[in-house]
Amino acid sequence: MRADIQLGNGAIPVQTIAAVKMKPHATRLTTSLLLTSVCAMVVCACGDRPTDPPAQPGLTPSAAAATHPSAPRFEVHVAKPTGPPRVATDRVDALGRPITVGCATCHSLGVGDSTRAMGATLTQFHQALVTRHGELACRSCHEAPDYANLHLADGTTVPFTDVQTLCRQCHGPQARDFDRGSHGGMNGYWDLTRGPRQRHACTTCHDPHAPAYVGMVPARGPVPQHFGGE
Amino acid sequence: MSALPFEPPPPPPPASTTRRSLLKLAGLTLGAAAFGKAVSPMFSFAAEKSIDEFLQNHYRELGPADLREVITRLEAETKRDYGADVTIRDPKPLPGVKFGYALNLSVCIGCRKCVEACHVENNHDRAGYQSYIRVLEMDKGTIDLEHGRADYGEPVPQPDKYYLPVQCQQCDEPPCVDVCPVEATWKEPDGIVVVDYNWCIGCRYCEAACPYHARRFNWTAPVVPAAEVNPEQGYLSNRIRPQGVMEKCTFCMHKTREGKLPACLEACPTGARVFGNLLDPNSEIRWILENKRVFVLKEELGTKPSFFYFFDV
Repeated sequence: MRADIQLGNGAIPVQTIAAVKMKPHATRLTTSLLLTSVCAMVVCACGDRPTDPPAQPGLTPSAAAATHPSAPRFEVHVAKPTGPPRVATDRVDALGRPITVGCATCHSLGVGDSTRAMGATLTQFHQALVTRHGELACRSCHEAPDYANLHLADGTTVPFTDVQTLCRQCHGPQARDFDRGSHGGMNGYWDLTRGPRQRHACTTCHDPHAPAYVGMVPARGPVPQHFGGE
Repeated sequence: MSALPFEPPPPPPPASTTRRSLLKLAGLTLGAAAFGKAVSPMFSFAAEKSIDEFLQNHYRELGPADLREVITRLEAETKRDYGADVTIRDPKPLPGVKFGYALNLSVCIGCRKCVEACHVENNHDRAGYQSYIRVLEMDKGTIDLEHGRADYGEPVPQPDKYYLPVQCQQCDEPPCVDVCPVEATWKEPDGIVVVDYNWCIGCRYCEAACPYHARRFNWTAPVVPAAEVNPEQGYLSNRIRPQGVMEKCTFCMHKTREGKLPACLEACPTGARVFGNLLDPNSEIRWILENKRVFVLKEELGTKPSFFYFFDV
């Protein structure tokens, strides 16, 4: 497109000069030559290049003002579970809402058998629960008799909202990578001086009873492009 | 009168019928026809374009007022052609920032959520399902991306495979920039290789030069329903491209130059993607480079990518 403009400005004077100097019998030959030269000019004009911009200010590590440590920083908000889970029943209330019960509904009655260490061995409640988490037993994490809380390996009580503290006891490398931003994903701002960031909790993606990330069907694949591209 | 000793030569035929002049005429006609054919796209091209677009200068030679005018025109054209109200901005490179990207191949499961997010974020043609990211399914133990498979569809991850998402590597020595005959593509101070869509002539040299197959060509003008057009657009990034020009990943420049994370990273369900400022020693990306065993694709080519890969060990 710009080539055409260049052509308009450049070609007309050339033609004028040529016509003045030419003898009549040479006109046709010269016209052919002119056509050739015009074609050549089109090609040349396509190669018309913009001049380089003025040099940008130097980029040195010391100029990293945008992320200077002293600048005010927005929060990295890590998602937390809302609290102890509730167990569904097959009943609904007067308004048709499903009734769920808290841990204490059963466990305050002394229910809970420490001899049944793994989920698969349960005979009464929680049978559908699949546990594939190393050699952990229920009470490795769940506190007894207060099942509305969790506990660390040293016995310290931890609320469900701080489940990450529990996970971190064993999964050190993952916890380190999470803190360094290379595990678990994020949304928001890379530059915390400009805006906040949201992070997932461990349990957003991993089922704590069977934490291996399950497979999934991938999103749509590429459509073959023209000329057999891709 | 005796007969002349020889016959006079016949009078020469009229000049217009000599073999020579006929050949000349034929040559001239052919030449004119060829020229006409050669330049004809220019005229049909011009008919589809406004005179302002026709006369528009290179991005780097546009003054602030010119650029405002161009952006106003582009927004109006998007409204006219796509029925969408969009805002086109032109965020400038941030001082002291050079963008880098790292990808954890131990964590990536090949779910293509990044591909999908890129497709939506960057206003790609819906039918062509274009995206700047191609995820390659690789046999474990191999690293030759020319043998990766992009069209896998089975549930992921497969036990004997790993997944290698490839997009623009934002090279410090970009071969695509070197080959552009009109300097329609260049490297910005923050490391992003960009394209001036209104200056590109669509010769596709850059596509051929890129060792990572990271550039895309707009065979057709993108078709995007009005409701799906991403209205937050950048002049050098995700504004809707015209037909016949090259395009490429810009690390979502319209977002990242305003401090936000790129769309592919936000879509990643595994956290395999790490983005940040390579010049900030406290950034996540720097921690990766200093503590993980990172590598770059096709290092032997000397392209010096700003995109790094690593495995957890």
